[in-house]
Amino acid sequence: MPEQWTLTLRLYRQKANEAPRYDTFTLQVNPDEYVLDAVERVWAFHDRSLCFRHACHHSTCGACGMRVNGVEKLTCITPLRAVTQNGAVLTIEPLRNFPIVSDLVVDMGDLYRKMERVNARAVLPVTEAEIEHPASTWNPEDAQYLRLSDCLECGLCISACPVAATTAAYLGPAPLAAIQDQGMRRHPELLPLADSEDGVWRCHSAFECTAVCPSFVDPARRIMDLRRQVVGAKLRQVFGK
Amino acid sequence: MNNQPSSRKLLTWFNPLGRNPGAWAFILNRLTGLGLTFYLFLHLIVLGRLAQGPQAYEEFLELTKSPLVKLGELLVIGAVIYHALNGLRVVLTSFGLGIRQQTQMFYLSVLLALVGTLVFAIRMFAG
Ligand code: SF4
Ligand code: FES
Repeated sequence: MPEQWTLTLRLYRQKANEAPRYDTFTLQVNPDEYVLDAVERVWAFHDRSLCFRHACHHSTCGACGMRVNGVEKLTCITPLRAVTQNGAVLTIEPLRNFPIVSDLVVDMGDLYRKMERVNARAVLPVTEAEIEHPASTWNPEDAQYLRLSDCLECGLCISACPVAATTAAYLGPAPLAAIQDQGMRRHPELLPLADSEDGVWRCHSAFECTAVCPSFVDPARRIMDLRRQVVGAKLRQVFGK
Repeated sequence: MNNQPSSRKLLTWFNPLGRNPGAWAFILNRLTGLGLTFYLFLHLIVLGRLAQGPQAYEEFLELTKSPLVKLGELLVIGAVIYHALNGLRVVLTSFGLGIRQQTQMFYLSVLLALVGTLVFAIRMFAG
């Protein structure tokens, strides 16, 4: 018999033109289930009008980002045990910095458009990917293989970033990381975007993006590395190399 | 509907709830920055008063002996040390240096600011 917890879910609710409110639901859960499972159970057994997003249930689609007790989480891989305890109240809210469509669903269109603007790539040849092994030493035959890029486009980093909260035009962590991924040498056409007021210089080093990123993107480090790349590219421009 | 980015959300910069050390450093940097800017104006006003002659100068000296003003001065000292050290941390990380140690660098900045303030406090109140 799996362990049973009694949890009270406090869910943010808001439909078009309505004032926001919180609804609470008390349910029995297995603490090794994930936050998304609990939300889904509310929808299945308590309130069919609850709106939330998910698809894959295994940290691939990036749809299930929410704020759990105030912190951005990919809810399909966040075990209840990791964020709460038996008998507690668990507050679940939509991501910040995106317009709310309904309840826990936000409109992430702005992020997707920005990812498109920077030509973010879903797959990368291993030689071009910044990964932990020395891909550059691979023989060309192996190096032709493609890998999925790490970013799920889940928007957690945008939600956690204090700068993104006040400036809609800021490209934001995930798009800047996608520029860094491609590199200023191979993609000089991205330089004006990176080296702009709303590009790499807008970041104020709060490192929140990296703290919440559920994948291996480490956007804060990539933004810093992109700064180095941008400075390098500008110097090359000046010295004509 | 609501929840979009907006410059009116300025106050959310200062909310430390659910945030990580990197954001605490960011918050403290903004607070000390604002405090130091405020202090600079205060400083200029006081200097302006001093130009009004010896009597104003004497009055001002009296004022600096009050414990409240001394406490304010200590706050300024702590803010200067933290702001300067965190500035270095931001410069380093922006050059790609010590990014994985940024949390430790933040704690070190806070620690050194506290120690520095304590040293000044001892000298100020003992001397
Ligand atoms: S960088 Fe990380 S947090 Fe941001 S969208 Fe990509 S996977 Fe999500
Ligand atoms: S449901 Fe797909 S990432 Fe969580």
